[in-house]
Formats: sequence, structure tokens, C-alpha cells
Amino acid sequence: MSLLKPIYTDKPGMILLTVLTATAVIVPVFNLAFPEGHALHISTFTMTLIGKYLCYALLAIAVDLVWGYLGILSLGHGAFFALGGYAMGMYLMRQIGDRGVYGNPILPDFMVFLNWHELPWFWHGFNWFWFAMLMVILVPAALAFVFGWFAFSSRVTGVYLSIITQAMTYALWLAFFRNEMGFGGNNGLTDFKDILGFSLQNDTTKAGLFLASAIALGLGYVICRYITQSKLGKVSTAIRDQESRVRFIGYKVQNFKLFIFTFSAILAGIAGALYVPQVGIINPTEFSPLNSIEIVIWVAVGGRATLYGAVTGALVVNYAKSYLTAAFPDAWLFGLGALFILVTLFLPRGITGLLRKKEGQ
Amino acid sequence: MTMIESIHPIFKRDEVFEFLKPEAAPSLNLSSGVILYLEGISVSFDGFKAINDLNLYINDGELRCIIGPNGAGKTTMMDIITGKTKPDSGSAWFGQNINLLKMDEPSIAAAGIGRKFQKPTVFESHTVHDNLELAMAADKTVFPTLTAKLNSEQEDRIAETLKLIGLQEHPYNYAGSLSHGQKQWLEIGMLLMQRPKLLLIDEPVAGMTHQEMDRTAELLTSLAGEHSVVVVEHDMDFIRSIARKVSVLHQGSILAEGTMDEVQNNQKVIEVYLGG
Amino acid sequence: MMNTKIKIFMLVLTLLSLCGIISPAFSAEAADDQFQKGLTLLQDKSFEKKEQGIELISTSGSPKSYAVLSNVLEGNLYFTKSGENFVVAELDGGDARIKDILTDEDLGTVKKRDIKKITINNQLRGTLKAAIAQLDLTSPDKNIRLAAVMALLDNISPESVKPLEKYLKTEKNSDVKEYLHIALALAGLQDSSANKRLEALGTLKGALHPAVKNAVQQLLDKEQDEAVKHKAETILSSIEVTTAWYGKLETIFFGLSMGSVLVLAAIGLAITFGVIGVINMAHGELIMLGAYTTYVIQQLMPNNIGLSVILAIPAAFCVSGLVGIVIEKSVIRFLYGRPLETLLATFGISLVLQQAVRSIFSPLNKSVATPEWMSGSIMINPVLSLTTNRVTIFIFAILVFAGLFLLMKKSSLGLHVRAVSQNRAMAKAMGVRAARVDALTFGLGSGIAGIAGVALSQLTNVGPNLGQAYIVDSFMVVVFGGVGNLWGTMLGGLTLGVANKILEPWSGAVLAKILILVFIILFIQKRPQGLFPQKGRAAE
Repeated sequence: MSLLKPIYTDKPGMILLTVLTATAVIVPVFNLAFPEGHALHISTFTMTLIGKYLCYALLAIAVDLVWGYLGILSLGHGAFFALGGYAMGMYLMRQIGDRGVYGNPILPDFMVFLNWHELPWFWHGFNWFWFAMLMVILVPAALAFVFGWFAFSSRVTGVYLSIITQAMTYALWLAFFRNEMGFGGNNGLTDFKDILGFSLQNDTTKAGLFLASAIALGLGYVICRYITQSKLGKVSTAIRDQESRVRFIGYKVQNFKLFIFTFSAILAGIAGALYVPQVGIINPTEFSPLNSIEIVIWVAVGGRATLYGAVTGALVVNYAKSYLTAAFPDAWLFGLGALFILVTLFLPRGITGLLRKKEGQ
Repeated sequence: MTMIESIHPIFKRDEVFEFLKPEAAPSLNLSSGVILYLEGISVSFDGFKAINDLNLYINDGELRCIIGPNGAGKTTMMDIITGKTKPDSGSAWFGQNINLLKMDEPSIAAAGIGRKFQKPTVFESHTVHDNLELAMAADKTVFPTLTAKLNSEQEDRIAETLKLIGLQEHPYNYAGSLSHGQKQWLEIGMLLMQRPKLLLIDEPVAGMTHQEMDRTAELLTSLAGEHSVVVVEHDMDFIRSIARKVSVLHQGSILAEGTMDEVQNNQKVIEVYLGG
Repeated sequence: MMNTKIKIFMLVLTLLSLCGIISPAFSAEAADDQFQKGLTLLQDKSFEKKEQGIELISTSGSPKSYAVLSNVLEGNLYFTKSGENFVVAELDGGDARIKDILTDEDLGTVKKRDIKKITINNQLRGTLKAAIAQLDLTSPDKNIRLAAVMALLDNISPESVKPLEKYLKTEKNSDVKEYLHIALALAGLQDSSANKRLEALGTLKGALHPAVKNAVQQLLDKEQDEAVKHKAETILSSIEVTTAWYGKLETIFFGLSMGSVLVLAAIGLAITFGVIGVINMAHGELIMLGAYTTYVIQQLMPNNIGLSVILAIPAAFCVSGLVGIVIEKSVIRFLYGRPLETLLATFGISLVLQQAVRSIFSPLNKSVATPEWMSGSIMINPVLSLTTNRVTIFIFAILVFAGLFLLMKKSSLGLHVRAVSQNRAMAKAMGVRAARVDALTFGLGSGIAGIAGVALSQLTNVGPNLGQAYIVDSFMVVVFGGVGNLWGTMLGGLTLGVANKILEPWSGAVLAKILILVFIILFIQKRPQGLFPQKGRAAE
């Protein structure tokens, strides 16, 4: 029972988990049980959209873990998200088999188009789901580990660290645009047909993916909550506030950073892997530095170092984005820009911080 | 410079058995009775020699006071001992076989050197209790930390220390809300939780009332013997109340060493403090 | 292909005529006669007759030949139906304003139907171009003559020798002479006597024109004589070595050019980031604003491109600088000491600025014209020529750097800036108005970004995303060079530029950039303070 203490003592977290559970049940059921046109029907489009938001929310939690609790402003989480997405995309590509435009049973369409004759070595194994899932975790983790190992052991911190994470993202962004990389270049990976034998066009599959996203978010939240409430979480916030002091009481700061950063990258990768089958495409724009920095603003809007704030921020900002880009396409960037400025100036603790304050009064 | 007089009995070695210090790679060897050797240490910043051929030996269980004017290199010396600054030349050994120059701050801390900073640095967004918990000697690697749960013995230790530092009334106050003096005490408490063999204490009584000062003096004297304590302080009255042996640091090297009276009558010291 | 063949044919013809047909006995009247006859032939409907006419005109030696032929080529030459006048006409609706080509006399406005255009077809166009080129050989402008000789090098034959020798006698310019010698030597390579060939090879030693290399290679392929063969081999390898060397020089030039752009883009950032410790993600957009300022000024004075670019420099400085000050006063001021928050807020500003530009100007790229004195290239030798705009921008970057450096070291603003950056509290106590210094420093850094934008507008198209492309690079330069160090920024920028260009041929442009980024990521981890770190306690 003591293991669950960090969860049930967390009131906003309990609200969040309750709402999430309700959504996870209601949305797929209403989508599948009620026919189109029925008053209670939730369209597949809406379900997929919410599913997408849930993936974003998981990504936001990952960023909050490193930024809110560890003080590392990572501008590279978009890259971890995209890498997880690509790993899933590669599995889905292999699942197409000979149903592609060129009908090649082994090579994805874009490779046939590029006149390649053999599958590159790094594509092997992605025909197995378990292998792809392993890569969803291992690839972002490996990148985060290697990058973090270099950065943290040479004590790069603060703004410098932010900038090199951005440089990393930028380098990957450029790299994935290249056809020679073997990931479909500009167009990325798309035209997916099915996952584990279930057609991606099917509402039931979509409902399944939705449910998987909701569960992943719920689990992600619970695990992160557990970490942040553990002694390791206390060390982490201590590192955020007084890094050198933590060293002097005997903690190897770089190892702690490395653990949390890598774990956070894994969460981001999983979010990416769940995102790709729902939107049906993964391409290099996911690596764009703008995307990575947008995630940070979700967290800032929601309120950092709270986890539930990150989820709230991701949902609110992305809903606003969907609404504004449809209603006033020109206004979105103005709105996003203004959000960055206003939140940092006037709302350093985010929306949830505002609510907490009210409650406090 | 009589080292022989302070060789401690062999039974003191059971301190080393402290199983909660797994990272002290070669275990601390105090067979010669000296816990800290600094030999020929020099370090310069942008051409300015902060430490210049410094030689300092601290005996096991000793309480040593270090005084010196501003800029004499006191803080830099502590930085070198605790691994924050690497010297340009010289050697620094902890006991017989732990080379401090090859270790980083956490390893040095784990080996048994604790430090209290000049400006009290506590974790302000943590509670007093959590500050002590974080400092407590334990397995400080990642995964044990993740799953760590306080057992009753550890809770008792924290409660004990809280009492010792006079903060038993506010264990769940945020450290940031404490007064300057209370932060000083909290930091000393954190130092004690670490169970170090050697304590480096930088200006412990700055911002304290006379009463608090007396208590600090009492505490530090009681620590000596079981621990070795190095105190850097400006307050001469305070030093006089605790000092057994005093070293005077001037322009990065030791100018004089001896009892408080010897030092105060030392011609060179008088020149530096009054004539200089 | 067709055109070049005709061109060569015509050139050879010219050379022949230079020594043969246009003999001293050839009188001025006869020349005039030939010219008139040619003009008359141009009026003929048959393209064959017109071709003959062009040949007659081009070989007539008349001072008007060039004007006539070039106007025919451009389709501007007409003849009046009434008289026998050949005129250049400017059409204006149904009317035409005409000017006699032979006398330059303004003949007023006539109806369009009163004049008739001298039409040409594709084949004639080729003939015309070649004829104009041959006239170039006798042009008073040495550059035109030089270009004409060079064009000749690729197709030299033994028949070319005599006219070339003749022409060499009259040539005064040493450069043109040198190439005439090379042309003769190339002809000499085809001589039947081995000695002559050997002698010709001797002349060719050190010549770098690609035609020489080709000719020597060709000679080597079929040469029998051992001595000649040996000599040809030595020459070929020496040409290859020299060419490779100049190739490297060219790479370094491109690298320095790219580096100078990086320095321009980064130096403003070095000030805002390095000196006052503020991360300005909108720096790229301030560069973009400078580029758009250039565009706007050019739209205001379309007839004076050269001046517009010069005027754009102070204008861009003011526009970007003012925007910078506004940003500082309205946002950054509240965020000092919170660098990560500054990063986010200024990123928001960058989005707003980008979208503003998109809304005002359109999301499409605009092209900014390059003034004449910046276009073209400076030819050092046949294998190495430097584009003028890049050279100009390189010099410009150095000037901006020098100016900024002096400003920081010598002026009172510079003194205050350094004081504030080193010890804010102390500077304040000494009476430095820190808030004002911050705003001015930020404005200065932003203004420099605007100037960088002017330079960039001369290299690429101006668009809303212009700034984004440079922001990461600029940060890399500042961080690589060492924060707060102008020299570091300079050296860092140039080094990265050169390194990038050296890698490029080996790895491709994108991969080169990635490699550089990876290198910097590793570099920062080894030396977090950059190339020129600030040392000691102050660094912490």
C-alpha cells in the first residue's frame, strides 16, 4: 500500500487519472456502440484527435520530468518522440508487404523508387512487432544516454545544454531529410496498412490505439509521480536548485541526470510510437526545432514540476492549436508566440499554478 | 609540528567499518595518524596565485582552526580538498591511500569529507527533514536512491539531529523559510548526517547570536576526537573559545602554526594583520 | 553546338581577314562600300542573303558594325519604308520613336507600319553572335579582347597560326598577349615537327587554362616521340598540382565567405548573449528584418540599386536596433537572471515577428537585386575566380567587426557595457545606469543583426524563414568561440565556415553541416567555455 501512497495522496493527479479512465472508456465505447448520426456518437475523427492529444500529453510529462524536476530545459524531446515514431513507422512499413504501389514484398515503396535493391541493415528485424517495440525504447534511450553521458559528465548545464540539445535536434532534422539515410527522406514513412494484423482503417483498431494511448499516459503519469515522490525525486529537485551542493553531499549528479534524462527520452519515444499509427505518417518535420520548443511551452502553460500541469498544458494548447489553425490560420503563430511571451512573463507557474493559488486563498 | 603526540589508538579504526560508505574505494587508512595531507599545492587563476606551495597536515581527531585575511586562499583550499578545484601542482591525500586529486566531489564526500559552505547552502524548496534525509549517509547511487525508504533507525537519526540543531519544532518547514542562523544550523546538521571523518567548516558562526555561537563552539569541540574538524573563521573570540591548534594562511601558504597564543605573538602574523 | 561551330568558323574567318583581306591596300572607301552593301543585303527577305550581309558588315571594319549587328541580334533594328534609313525604334503602341543608327539622329515619332523590322532566325542568331565575338577581338576594351582570345583556345588549329601571329604584333596589353602566345603554342602542339612541339610545350609551362590541359592530354594520348611525351607528362602533372592547389585556395575562399556570413550573423548575438547574458532566440528574425528593410528600400528606389543597398545598411541597423530595444524594454527586462525563461519568451517573439512579416509581405520569398558593383567576379587566373559579392561581404564583415570592436574597447558605451557585464552591482554603485546600458547593448546587438540581414539579402532570397536558418548556426559560433569574446566569435565563425567547406566536397553539404554540429556538441562538452574561455572565479 505504501507503494501507492504517492498516487492517492495527490489530489489533482487522482482527478486526472479519473478523467483519463472515464475518457478511455467513454470515447471508444461511444464511438463503436452508437452508429453515426446518433446523438451520443463520437466520431472516429474526434477519437483519433483526442488520441493524438494523449500522446502529446505523455510527451509533455516526459519534458516536465527533466525540465520541471531536474532543471534541464531540453529542446531535444521532439527528436526522441520522432525516433520512437520512426521505429514504429518502420514496423508499419514492413507490415505493408507486397501491398505497396510497387508490390515489392521486402522493400518499402520509397526504396524501390530510389532504385535500391536490398534492405539496409538497420531495417532488418522491424518486421517483428516485439523487435520494433524494443527499438521504440532502445533507440531514444541510446541517443539520450550517449548524449547525456557526454553532456552531464562534462557538466554542461543551463543555457548551453539547451542549445546543444537544440543542435542535436537540428542535426537529426537535417539528416532525416536526406534520402540516403534510408528513412524515406522528405516524405517520411506513410501509407500504413495494418498493425499486428488489424487494419488501421478499422474503427476498432483506432479505438484500440486510443485505449493504448490512454493507458500509456496513465501509466506514464503514475510512474513519473512515483519517481518524483521518491528520494530520487528529492535528489532531482535538489540538483535543479543547487547542483553543486548535491555533489558535496555525495551524490554523483551526472548519473542521476542520466537516469532521468534517459527515462524521459523513453517516455517520449513511446509517445511517438503511439502517435504514428494514429496520424498515419511520420516525416522529418517532427524533428523540427520548433516542435521541440513547442512541447516546452505546453509544459510552461500547464505549470511545470507538477506532471498534471504538463498534461493540462498539452491538452489546452493543442486544442487551441487545432481550433485556431482551422478558424484563423494566420493567427495561430501570433497566438503561439504571444503565449510564449505571456506565460513566461505573467504566468511562471502556469494555469494549474493559478488554480492552486485560488484554492489556497 | 609534533605529529606523534596525536596518534590515536588502533581501536578508533572501527569508524572505518561504517558499512554505509560503499564508495570509499580504498578504505580510509589512518595508520600514521594523519587524516589529511596537502603537500606543495599551488593553483592560479588568470596569473593570480590563489594558493602558493601550501603544506598542511591535519591529524586524525584534531580540531584545527585556520585564520587569515581575505583573499588568503581559505575557500580555494577547501575547494581543492573537496574536489571542486584541481590544483596546478602538488598532492592531496586523505589518510594514507586515498588520492583526493583523482576524485570528483561526490566520491570525496562519500570517502568521508564533509563540507559546510561559507554562505549557507541548503535546498530551499525542500523541507528541513528532507534536507537531512538527502544528506544522510546511505547508498547514494541511482537505483537504491529510487527505492530508498526510511527505516525507523534512520528516522531516529534524523529526529536526533533535528534536536541537536534546534529545529525539532519545524521539521516540515521549507528550508527557504528559515532564518540565516537556522540555515547555518541546518547545514551543520546535514554535515553530521553525512557522518564524515573530516569536517571542513567555513565560517560557521557568521550571522549567529552569541548564544548560538556558544552552542556551535560546544558542538564542534564535542565532534573533535571522533571526527577531525577544520574550521575557517574570522571571529577571533570564537576561535579562542574552541582552538587547540591554529594555522595562519597568508597569500596562499601557511605563515604560522601553533596554539592561539603562539600565533598571536608571532612577529610575521602581527605584521600581516597589523602592519600589512 | 551549332552556334559555337559557327562562332569558331567566323572567328577563324576574322583572323584570316585580319591578315589577308584587310590588307593595307584595302581602302576606306572600299570598306564603306562593303558596309553599305551588307546593309542592303539585310533588307532582303531571304535569310541566306541576310547572312551574307552580316558577314560583309562584320568584316568591313566600319565603326558602326558593332552597333548594327548587336541591334539586329536584339531585334531593335528597323528600316524605314519611305527612305533608306536604318533606325533603332522604341515601340509605343501604334507609334514608334526612331533614331538613325548611322548618324544617331533623332528622327521623331512615326507610325509603326512605316517601319519594318529586320527579322532573324535561329541560325542567323548564331552567326550574329559569332560575328559580334570576332568584332570583340578588335575591341578597344582589353577585357573583351581577352575573353575573345580565351574563347578561341578550345578550338585551335594550325590554320589559326598566321592570323594570330599577325594579331600579336598589334596587341599592346600583356595579358592578351600572354593568351595569344598560349594560343600559338596550342597550335604548335599540332605541328608535325617534334622540336616545334617541344618548344610549344615549353611555352605552355605554367599555363592553367583548362584548354591547355585538354590539349596536352590529347597530345599525350597520341604522341610517339619520347622526349615530347616526357615533357608533356611533366607539364600535365605540374598543371594538375597547381590546379589542385588553386582548388584548395578556392575552397578556403568559399569557407571564409561562409564564415564571414556566420560572423556577421553571430556577432550581434555575441553581444547580447555574451556581454549581457541573454539568450535571444529572435536574433534570426532581427536579421530577417534587416533583409526586409533592404527589400523595402529597393522597392522605394528601383532605379538606384547600388545606392539602395548602401542606404539599407544604416536603415536596417535602425529598424532592427529599435525593434531590439522594444523587445528589451517590454520583455527581456523582466527576465534578467532567468536565462531559460528569456529563451522561451524570445522564441515567442521570433514566432510573432515571422508571422508579422508573412502577413505584411506574403509568405513567398522576395528577391533583392544586387548592385552592379557587387555582381560578376574577380578572375585571379583561369582556374580561380572570386565572386565579387562574396568578396564584398567578406570585407564588409571585417569592417563591421572592426567597428564593433573599437566601439566596445574605446567608447564610453563599450566601457559601461563591460563594466555592467563584469560586475553589475559594482557598476551600478559607480553610477552606471545599468538598465539603460542593457537596453542600448541589446539595441546594438540587434542593430548588427539588421546589418547582417543586408549582407544576407545579397546572397539569398529574402523570406520569413531566413532568420531560422541562421539562429542555430549563430549560437554554435558564439558558443564555439567562447561567450563574451568578440575575437572568439570572429575566429569561431571563420573556422566553422572553412571547416564546413572543406568537408562539403567529401561528404555533401547537409552531412558536412551535421558533422560540424556533432563536432561542436562534442567540443562544448570538452570545453564548455569555448575556444577562449573566461578564467577564474569570474567564470562561475
